Amino acid sequence: MRKVLKVATAMSMVLAVAGTAAAQNFNDPEEFARQKEQLSMTPQGPEGQPWAQYLVDAMADTAQYKKDGPYTVCFSNAGVNNPWRVVGYTNMTEEVKLHPEIGNFVHVDAEGSDDKQIADIQDLLAGGNCDILIVSPNTTAALTPAVEAACQRLPVIVFDRGVETDCPVTFIHPVGGYGFGIQGAQFVADNVEAGGNVLMLRILPGVDVLETRYSAGRRILEEAGLNIVGAEFTDGDNAKTKSIVEDYLQRGSIDAVWMDAGATAVAAIEAFEDGGFDVPVFVGEDQQDFLQKWRALDLTAIAPTYPTYQWRTPIIAAVSILKGESVPGPEWVLPQPAITAENLDEFINDKMPPLHYAMCGCEDMPDYPKAWGGSE
Amino acid sequence: MSEQVLSSQSKKARPRGLPQINPVYFILAALIVAIILNNPAFVEPTGYMNFLKRAAPLAILAAGQLYVIVSGGFDLSVGSLITLVVVGSSMLSNNDPSSTWWVISVMLGIGLAVGLINGLVVCYLKVPSLIATLGMMITLNGFAFMWSGGAPRGYLPDTFRFFGRVNIMDVPVIRMLPVAVIVLIVVGFLLYWLMHRTNLGRLLHAVGDNPRAALLAGVPVNRVRITAFVVSSLSAVITGILLGGFAGVSTDVGTGYELQAITAAVLGGAQLLGGRGSVPAAIAGALTLTAIFTLLNFLGLPQPVRQVVQGLILIAAVALAMYRRKRTGQ
Repeated sequence: MRKVLKVATAMSMVLAVAGTAAAQNFNDPEEFARQKEQLSMTPQGPEGQPWAQYLVDAMADTAQYKKDGPYTVCFSNAGVNNPWRVVGYTNMTEEVKLHPEIGNFVHVDAEGSDDKQIADIQDLLAGGNCDILIVSPNTTAALTPAVEAACQRLPVIVFDRGVETDCPVTFIHPVGGYGFGIQGAQFVADNVEAGGNVLMLRILPGVDVLETRYSAGRRILEEAGLNIVGAEFTDGDNAKTKSIVEDYLQRGSIDAVWMDAGATAVAAIEAFEDGGFDVPVFVGEDQQDFLQKWRALDLTAIAPTYPTYQWRTPIIAAVSILKGESVPGPEWVLPQPAITAENLDEFINDKMPPLHYAMCGCEDMPDYPKAWGGSE
Repeated sequence: MSEQVLSSQSKKARPRGLPQINPVYFILAALIVAIILNNPAFVEPTGYMNFLKRAAPLAILAAGQLYVIVSGGFDLSVGSLITLVVVGSSMLSNNDPSSTWWVISVMLGIGLAVGLINGLVVCYLKVPSLIATLGMMITLNGFAFMWSGGAPRGYLPDTFRFFGRVNIMDVPVIRMLPVAVIVLIVVGFLLYWLMHRTNLGRLLHAVGDNPRAALLAGVPVNRVRITAFVVSSLSAVITGILLGGFAGVSTDVGTGYELQAITAAVLGGAQLLGGRGSVPAAIAGALTLTAIFTLLNFLGLPQPVRQVVQGLILIAAVALAMYRRKRTGQ
């Protein structure tokens, strides 16, 4: 019956996507090419601090927003409803602690609802206390009018998912979904001979950042002449993931597994282990449990990331904007590194929780690891 | 009651000799044949043993849920109890292999407490079980969230995962035997015995069929109902141990399991609102549900088609069970 609920959710999501953005294209060759190029660009900005670096060299002038502190920074958050956002939000609150200029940090959680987030933004504006507004939109199209209204009143920073307007001072995001798909699939193409069998595991249909990962991944695998034996939705569920992989193993060999997100990667690996198979070439993500499994089994693997350090950047940008310092804009494209066998050890910390996203850029922050749920 | 009187008459009219078999077994057999046709490897031990291993948690949960259904209620709290067990066990065990036994004891204790509270609220505060256990579901979800902070905080040691994950290899004839299947057989037999071979089972049926009549006949109605909720909660704890063992920690592992368990019991011919149900048939119902999922995986249909087919098969199977009951009264 869970499935029935999933159908309802999936259908409502499909309807939402179809209704609001019928023209949305998840397989855009131009965007694919642009992100592919960005992956290999050398970032500008401070060395070793990717959350403060940028790939596209265009700056937004912010002199008009200059004012005296202490500042009230307001943040309308789409939700803290998955482990990625839990890690990200922790990064953000810890970053706030590093800036004495911020007198007050106001966080409102939309709990995954467009309606609530629109109301949240209106409430923040009506309250009149915010000096700057950070928005992490729940969905792109639905939040656009609310962000436009906010732009009339105060400087706005958007990050993670975008909106369909260029009124914010800057839109902060890593390279993107195509880039994520490319990194993993290219690794598979480089390590599996043409004709090899690849299983693609996905979380859900209809989510733009996941659809673009898949379309880019599929394009690269097909161009490399690999045989895609299946593309299955796991609902992000460990048990379902493991079952799907077990079923595929009963029917034939698998030479590589590509995943659009790594939260269930360990369950997929266990299906090989428990069935007595060698674990094939694997594309996971930067979750601790996957990285540790990778090292323990000495896998041929890669972990593309959608870095959680991007949650630090909006706070840095907010302070710069209110000081009148220019920031990268209208788009602040952050580097999006992948974890490979060469740098794997740097990211493993077995004191951290299993779904801690290792590309957090948080290791040097004062409350690490405790604030992220790690043990001392 | 009148239906039953009628049915017992019609039964007499029926020619003797042909035993009445619950249709869930035919549906299950048909699905398994379909699976084998699609994937001949299913007749190998790895095929059917993996299937049984995967179905074991739901089968145990459905058998436990059946106790509450037969007594005339619902238990919606089992899904979130599963989540709490998995999340709580990972927090408590702290990756220490020697902690498994006391952690499991604590979890069974939590299950006992949850079942008792459900039962007491239903019996003494007169809250309908649907609402009482819905409230418990929300509360336990909140507890699990508070405990974990929304993301898993630890791992389950291999000694804990033994029950849900390990396959005993090199067994004669069947080659491999998952520990989860042994757990299913033991717990399934225990629940069968309790329901169909003891006085408690008869009392449960009496309470579910007509609580007023049962009370007048001297049945300790409240005690029987509370026992049903406790059995259901304990089965949820065992399910949680198996699921956590099978696939590791996640914070939404139990989501939706309450409805799957009720569906499985109804597929097995249990009567919602009480008075009728069979443990083996509920287990067969759980296997049927798992077989539907597996078959649709094997067919390789696109996801939306799969979900439509799945929904239709479910409705058809339950409708068939209901039709048969009307016709035969069983």
